[in-house]
Amino acid sequence: MLHQLSWKVGGQQGEGIESTGEIFSMAMNRLGYFLYGYRHFSSRIKGGHTNNKITVRATEVRAITDDLNILVAFDQETIDVNYKELAANGIILADAKFNPVSPEDCQAPLFAVPFTEIATDLGTSLMKNMVAIGATASLLNLEDEVFQSVVDEIFGRKGEVVVQKNMEAIAQGHAVMNELLGDRVGEWELVQADGKHRMFMIGNDAVALGALAAGVRFMAAYPITPASEIMEYLIDKLPEVGGAVIQTEDEIAAATMAIGANYGGVRSFTASAGPGLSLMMEAIGLSGMTEQPLVIVDTQRGGPSTGLPTKQEQSDLMAMLYGTHGEIPKVVIAPSTAEEAFYDTIQAFNIAEELQLPVIILTDLQLALGKQTVEPFDYSKVEIRRGNLVDNVEAPEVDKAYFKRYAVTEDGVSPRVIPGVEHGIHHVTGVEHDETGKPSEAPSNRAAQMEKRFRKLDAINFKEPIYARTEHEDADVLVVGFNSTRGAIDEALERLNDQGMKVNHAQVRLIHPFPVEEMQVLMDKAKKVVVVENNYTGQLANIMKMNVGGHNKITTINKYDGTPFLPGEIETKVKELLK
Amino acid sequence: MATFKDFRNNVKPNWCPGCGDFSVQAAIQRAAANVGIEPHELAVISGIGCSGRISGYINSYGFHGIHGRALPIAQGLKMANRNLNVIASGGDGDGFAIGMGHTVHGLRRNLDLTYIIMDNQIYGLTKGQTSPRSEAGFVTKSTPEGAIEPAVKPLELALTTGATFVAQSFSTDIKELTAIIEAGIKHEGFAFINVFSPCVTYNKVNTYEWFKENLTKLSDIEGYDPSNREQAMKTVMEHDGWLTGIIYQDTETPSYQKKVDRYAEDALSASDLALGEDKFNALVKEFM
Repeated sequence: MLHQLSWKVGGQQGEGIESTGEIFSMAMNRLGYFLYGYRHFSSRIKGGHTNNKITVRATEVRAITDDLNILVAFDQETIDVNYKELAANGIILADAKFNPVSPEDCQAPLFAVPFTEIATDLGTSLMKNMVAIGATASLLNLEDEVFQSVVDEIFGRKGEVVVQKNMEAIAQGHAVMNELLGDRVGEWELVQADGKHRMFMIGNDAVALGALAAGVRFMAAYPITPASEIMEYLIDKLPEVGGAVIQTEDEIAAATMAIGANYGGVRSFTASAGPGLSLMMEAIGLSGMTEQPLVIVDTQRGGPSTGLPTKQEQSDLMAMLYGTHGEIPKVVIAPSTAEEAFYDTIQAFNIAEELQLPVIILTDLQLALGKQTVEPFDYSKVEIRRGNLVDNVEAPEVDKAYFKRYAVTEDGVSPRVIPGVEHGIHHVTGVEHDETGKPSEAPSNRAAQMEKRFRKLDAINFKEPIYARTEHEDADVLVVGFNSTRGAIDEALERLNDQGMKVNHAQVRLIHPFPVEEMQVLMDKAKKVVVVENNYTGQLANIMKMNVGGHNKITTINKYDGTPFLPGEIETKVKELLK
Repeated sequence: MATFKDFRNNVKPNWCPGCGDFSVQAAIQRAAANVGIEPHELAVISGIGCSGRISGYINSYGFHGIHGRALPIAQGLKMANRNLNVIASGGDGDGFAIGMGHTVHGLRRNLDLTYIIMDNQIYGLTKGQTSPRSEAGFVTKSTPEGAIEPAVKPLELALTTGATFVAQSFSTDIKELTAIIEAGIKHEGFAFINVFSPCVTYNKVNTYEWFKENLTKLSDIEGYDPSNREQAMKTVMEHDGWLTGIIYQDTETPSYQKKVDRYAEDALSASDLALGEDKFNALVKEFM
């Protein structure tokens, strides 16, 4: 029996590849398996090769596998592009319709299965993916019933007949594959899972649900890959709590509208990717200068410019830390998993209100869109803190004296009052201002307000700024990463430690303000530091050099070809560096 | 009840003596008092430029944002608190150059707020460059041979973009201007008000005298019906836009907020942030 299975389905974009992966994954999830998905897709609606690779394991998994056990192909291109990934026990199931050909140097057996033919005989070729799922069931020795609840859910509203037909497609695919495989039926059977029910979601779902749980009632956003799922989820859910989403004319409107709603006392945010964030830079400065809470999600994708819109990259880091002219206090949070994305989103909204500043939730395409298994979120861990929000103001001693919205305080945080509150009248401006918000260019006031704004960062309340796996006090190497690389690094670490090397791992979760002391301690325990990042210039490594000592220890492993790191790539590179 | 004096604060405007913006400020203060609201129930959101300073000169909540973005900030605020009276204001550069996209989409979105453009057909704070409202041939620092682009036509623009309230006024006529702003505040939807507010320092063509000679009051046109969009467009074109009064008002189309699905009836800012355990667990279960 297999400990882990890697399954991939591929074909032309727009022919149901995504839903084939979805139905297979959901069924495996409901059996209690852990899953981790990776979507290869292009910036077009129909046509072009697309595939969905899913890792299935009875224990926790957070990385894409280096190799592949089962390849389900709906066209020849899928075979040609992917066969080299196949492991020793690899197998190709291809639709007989396109007369699949095995490449010359392909070791894996290729089975031509009449996916389309069976589906067409049952009424529609659209069901060819269900036949393929049935064929997969034969390899894994799964009962067809495991797909019943998923099929009910997806096709239920189309009526009982459609449900039955789809189940019949699975059954026939299963039967045909049994015949073709002969005594190899069930050779890819997985060790049994615990049957526990867990969530299965993309990072964008986790961020969106986190926002809702954090009390968000308004979102302003402009569609963009790979962020749109966040607004789509909230368009569906916010009306249930009286809230709303406005799809704006551009990202400038999205960010400034979110500022306006936060000013009005409603937890609001926007979500976008690099090009949108570039447009929001002036608004981010406005939020910093006027001390209006603002949360922005940046789902990083390949840049610069339009770059690689559907591919993995982690190259917005510097722009998120330093973007906007002038100097403002800002917080940048970078969750690594869907679970962290949920809890960190809640932290982001709390910090934005407590410190009255912009908070950026940085994710990346693989985290945003890769579907993964998550332990059910715990409501008791959802905490809402709104900071110094005042709803009762006493009448001023002097008539028409403005409320000191920007009072210079010890921790830099001033009382915040929202429009509509009696006696709370004050001015808000992006011009340098005095304690009541009125414009002031006086040098002493300027200095006092600058210092006050930056002082707020000292009071940041962020749980676990670094995810650390550091069992070695005298490590050969500390591997550092951020966002979705966590799983691949962890798996490489396990392999390297098994081979006798002493490897520690630190995944930075709070990037700005940088957790200097925490990172320094971890660095001091290692002879070398390797920063793994999906960019060309080594942005996280540079940020580390700006904050911690021991620069000569730091090297980087960079990847900027649009694909996420695989555990084997990190394993090999770290070994080379340790030679 | 508050009077217009309650909407005055103790800040001295830094506008040039004779600037049309003084009267716009006074008209907003009078209109707010006439509508019967208290200073804390009003928020004035402004852009950047001479006119942008207006939010600091009225005793109300005020937000002086970034160039061209008064409208999205105002719309976000209104979504947060539908009980608040929100006035967005700015200059012709703010509304018809850098913020033109927001003007067009604000008009078609029809959120319940009032947008006042202080139109002086010139860039004042940057010391006299051409504006999208400058007429062709207008000589400025940036158009020494005269502007070669035609001027934006605010009324025609608004009428073709789904506006439900379109008005124009002249800052000197404070009585008419006050009445129009009052009607704009009362209008349930997006009220677009373009106000000729002469720049006495940099615009030596479109002066007070020029406007007095060239403007026609709609109240002087017999049988004018502001609910008739076709007549409105025809009249505007006949006068090349040099009109004052309420050009068009559609009282039937509901505001954006009335159309939002299940949108909170009270201020959204008053809603309970906690989802509650049952609701939360139901949402979690959808992913299982």
